[in-house]
Amino acid sequence: MAIEVRIPTILRTYTDGAKSVDASGATLQALIDDLESNHSGIKDRLIEGGQLRRFVNVYVNDEDVRFTGGLETELSDGDQVVVLPAVAGG
Amino acid sequence: MLRLPAEIRDAIVAHAKRDHPDEACGVVAGAEGSDIPSRFVPMVNAAGSPTFYEFDSTDLLRLYREMDDRDEEPVVVYHSHTATEAFPSRTDIGLANEPHAHYVLVSTREHGNSEGPVEFRSYRIVDGHVDEEDVEIQE
Repeated sequence: MAIEVRIPTILRTYTDGAKSVDASGATLQALIDDLESNHSGIKDRLIEGGQLRRFVNVYVNDEDVRFTGGLETELSDGDQVVVLPAVAGG
Repeated sequence: MLRLPAEIRDAIVAHAKRDHPDEACGVVAGAEGSDIPSRFVPMVNAAGSPTFYEFDSTDLLRLYREMDDRDEEPVVVYHSHTATEAFPSRTDIGLANEPHAHYVLVSTREHGNSEGPVEFRSYRIVDGHVDEEDVEIQE
């Protein structure tokens, strides 16, 4: 099962510069675990204390996963996942 | 050094004055790898706050898709401070996630919504390090 994951510039150090990588998983949690197995260290940039980090946005087929079940969001073959750090500050 | 067309500088300043006392934010996109800021894109501050800014998550995705389609990147990420100097706050530094961007800060603390000069400064923020850089306005 292949799911395309778009990687933001700041995290491309974990993907040898690749803008997108393929990963698999039935849920977002499983997908991130699979990403971690090939791109060690990336999980910690996405998850903190078992939750998606507050200032990381993840979209599945253009839907912010905060509104679709967070890490439990279900995935299917051919879905597209986009990771974007928030643009924010004080 | 940041080189910025005068009309884009003016548009950033106008946006900051208009949204004062809330923080204003946006980007100036440019061709990937060019370091030339060319397309002014004001964004809504979803936080609607005088002390915080954040792009709305739907707007953020739309913006990045649009830049992707045009082979652009955010050459400048700008926001305003409305009560403090135009220097990155600890939050700004912690959340700076575009290593190639020039982070522009405008302070409207002196004149608010009114006419008058503003502080307009630019920084590189990489891995928690802040380096101020010169700004050259191109008339």
